[in-house]
Amino acid sequence: MNIEQWFYSLPLRLRSFFHPHQVDQEMKEELRQHLERQIMENTAKGMPADEARYAAMQAMGGLAQIEERCREARGGNVVQDFGRDLRYGFRQLCRSPGFSALAVLCLTLGIGANTAVFSWLEGILFRPYPLVAHQERLFAVAATVPGESSPDLLSWPDFLDLRRSCTLCEDSFVSKITGSTLNIGDHAEVITGSIVSANYFDAIGVHPILGRGFEAGEDAGKDSHPVAVISYQMWRTRFQGDREIIGKTQRLNNVPHTIIGVAPDGFYGTFVGRAMQFWVPVSMQETFSSGGYKLEDRGARWIESYVRLKPGVSQAQAQQQISAIAARLQNDYPATNRGRSIRLWALWQTPFNHAGELLPTLEVMVAVVAFVLLIACANVGNLLLVRAFVRRHEMSVRLAIGASRVRLLKQLLTEGLLLSALGTAGGFLTAYCCRHLLVMLLPVREGEAMYLPGAIDARVMAMGAGVCLLVTLIVGMIPVFQIRRLDLNGPLKADSHGVVGTRGRGWMRSGLVVFQVGLSFILLVGAALLLESLERVRSTSPGFNTTSVVTTGVSLVAAGYDVPRAKTFQDELIGRLRALPGVESAAFARVTPLGYAMYSSTPIVVDGYQPSANERPEVEYNQIGPSYFTTMGIPLSSGREFTRSDDENAPPVAIVNRTMVERYWRGQDPIGRRLQVKGRWARVVGVVADSKYESIGETPKPFFYVPLRQDFAREPDLYIRTTQPLHSILAAVLREVHALDANLPLYEMITLREQVNRSTSPQLVAVTLVSTLGGLALLLAAVGLYGVMSYAVAQSSRELGLRMALGADPADLLRLVISRGLRLTAAGVLFGTVAALAFTRLLGQLLYNVSAHDPVVFGLAFVVMTTTAIFACLLPGWRASRTDPARVLRG
Amino acid sequence: MSKPSDLVQGTLDMLILKILALQPLNGWAISQRLKQISSDVLGVSDGSLYPALHKLEHLGWIRAQWKSSENNRRAKFYSLTRLGRKQLEKETANWNRVSAAISGIVRLKEA
Repeated sequence: MNIEQWFYSLPLRLRSFFHPHQVDQEMKEELRQHLERQIMENTAKGMPADEARYAAMQAMGGLAQIEERCREARGGNVVQDFGRDLRYGFRQLCRSPGFSALAVLCLTLGIGANTAVFSWLEGILFRPYPLVAHQERLFAVAATVPGESSPDLLSWPDFLDLRRSCTLCEDSFVSKITGSTLNIGDHAEVITGSIVSANYFDAIGVHPILGRGFEAGEDAGKDSHPVAVISYQMWRTRFQGDREIIGKTQRLNNVPHTIIGVAPDGFYGTFVGRAMQFWVPVSMQETFSSGGYKLEDRGARWIESYVRLKPGVSQAQAQQQISAIAARLQNDYPATNRGRSIRLWALWQTPFNHAGELLPTLEVMVAVVAFVLLIACANVGNLLLVRAFVRRHEMSVRLAIGASRVRLLKQLLTEGLLLSALGTAGGFLTAYCCRHLLVMLLPVREGEAMYLPGAIDARVMAMGAGVCLLVTLIVGMIPVFQIRRLDLNGPLKADSHGVVGTRGRGWMRSGLVVFQVGLSFILLVGAALLLESLERVRSTSPGFNTTSVVTTGVSLVAAGYDVPRAKTFQDELIGRLRALPGVESAAFARVTPLGYAMYSSTPIVVDGYQPSANERPEVEYNQIGPSYFTTMGIPLSSGREFTRSDDENAPPVAIVNRTMVERYWRGQDPIGRRLQVKGRWARVVGVVADSKYESIGETPKPFFYVPLRQDFAREPDLYIRTTQPLHSILAAVLREVHALDANLPLYEMITLREQVNRSTSPQLVAVTLVSTLGGLALLLAAVGLYGVMSYAVAQSSRELGLRMALGADPADLLRLVISRGLRLTAAGVLFGTVAALAFTRLLGQLLYNVSAHDPVVFGLAFVVMTTTAIFACLLPGWRASRTDPARVLRG
Repeated sequence: MSKPSDLVQGTLDMLILKILALQPLNGWAISQRLKQISSDVLGVSDGSLYPALHKLEHLGWIRAQWKSSENNRRAKFYSLTRLGRKQLEKETANWNRVSAAISGIVRLKEA
């Protein structure tokens, strides 16, 4: 339409919109006049009155149809029709509340699951940091080392060079997760915080509600700026919202820090998975991380950093520039930077927070919820098909009195929209209720503030609306197939009586059920694979004893212990603990296996091992006390454990694991050989079996141990091997600790079993979510199957009655129905198996020691599916077997 | 009741425009005129006329006004708009072109 046409058409449209009745009346009046004239004409020709009227009507050909076609010709009135359809649809829904509730419930589940997963993706991966400005331009920065699969961190000098030279970056900042011990009574907790560059708060656009952020220069120097910004939550809970807080001091890791600011409510820092409780400048690094002062050490890599690109700069462009900077650094500082390049990562791929851990799970969830949605749609589609069949009379009448098929289609789509809109509303509610579900599924260390929220923002809403439209189309279109074949004679024919066990016009409903069964079979297989995998993970030996060892820690740093005092305390405590009844042995070690704390790592030189040109062997190690291996149950294959005499005055020694022996000594016994650790030569005194260090799923890697006394840490973890239950050993340990120092608090005490379980929590999350949704899918499929079978039985009562009259007994009819149901199920399982073989590869990263095509798992899923199918068919089958031939045959 | 074929449908629009180009008329008069000039060959039912009128009105080619008719009753009169006149010229030209081509073909066949 061109503008001039609109000039004529628009007033007409407005008029039909605002005065629909008047317009309609005028149209009717016009037609009535025509009819009258025709009758007059006919009468004038000498027809009797009745005949004149009849002939006139016939010449017109159906007033109602003409009226409807005129309305259509007026361009219809989209809004008005829509409103009418909406009202009509709503009345239809109210008329069959059972159907409506079931349909809306199905869609709520389907759409809710999708929206929840979208909101997690948004809140955890894409916009993970509330209140932080322009997250779409934020990228994580980490180093890559050739030959290493996982990325490494940057050093502070490297970061400063990067910041100076990156002209495509608007801002670069550091936010390194750290912890500080807080003592509450006899209980110590680690609170999480960030070591940040001075520009942090300005760069992310977050402004403290009290006081100030950091000032330029506060991130320079050594221990020179003991200032801290605290979180809103910490301000409210620990400081009771004290408005005079600025300028007060708080001990963090036993160093008094001046509180200079309070972060705004709803700001949780920039680390996926945790809520930060304090921020300190980089200059305070030594207080918060082990390994000494690192700000001037280009070889000390500990910086977790981000850049925000200038508007319009692509990741590839920035990467190019940053790669060039890294190449220059390699050239300028070959000793520390050889082979190291720097890479940008999208926020959701950030290598140094929990995003990466959850990514595979969330990826799988996207596929899983899509399946659930399709199954729910199939269910609702099936329900609508039944209704379309019931309503075909109504539809035919509407066609007969002049509705066009397009008009009926619009109405069906409106009804579909009504259902999916209600489902979407329910879905948003579900997603809102589920926004903190992930945190609830993850086991949390005492005192740790986990933060993994779903975010329902405009983007998630838009996604939800998109899903709603998609569902409307799918759900609304299914009954359309029925309409398309509707002809005016249809309802005049008597209800054709179907036959159970025949194919035919039920093909679409059956097809939907096969589709549902197939999809839920895929989910069952997926859930079973994950369960199997979790089982294998949990039953895999970590290489140390998990049943009779407990671990805890004593908060010495926050209590102000210096190194000599800490050493004395540790020796005395071990002595006391060993004397306790039921305690077999006790030992200290700096890092607990499979925990969050990072091992120390060092470049090594091995006597008699010639590294290749580009290789700079670097191995992780742990600092352990005497009888650590006895306590942990890690077998010693040759040599000896560390003893009390391996102290700071004795020659440096080390114990290596089997893989290290294979790699660096080609399997020969290394006892007595030398190993250079952090530039000092140590003699190998023992070889121990491999165990798991960071995760159960890891492959064996070289690892070694040094005596705690020769690389001291004030606050190592404590391990006790005991036959006592946890609560009694906890009481005993607390008693012994307080005997030495009545004010010392203890960290949470857990068994090593619990430690292992916590480390496998991402798998647990995946298993829980996929199993829940798999169960849901199974239920939906069962409802679908039940619906189809019930309907088939209801429709074919005459046939069933006939069979019975001819001598079939009730068991035969039951068998008939169940075998029909099982045939559908078999088709679904067949389709599901083929699809599952392709889809389960998605699970790859989440599976541990389980083939994605594990036949046992497929078999199990088959059994569950079949059993469910039989149950779904039992009730319809029972009804079939109760058919009363006398009644149905007469009726 | 089947709808007229597409050819007739398109033609109907043109015929209505042509009729209204001569003088504004009400629906009844248009239907009578249609019957006269097409000598019932095209078989336009009154049922098709009114939807067509409403469509043309919405396309801006004709305009409707309620006026008093000869017997002093208010009736809806349709008249051609400027746009409608242009459309008629276009369609007439088109029609001439197509019918010339077709009759050329038909003659060719007979020769």
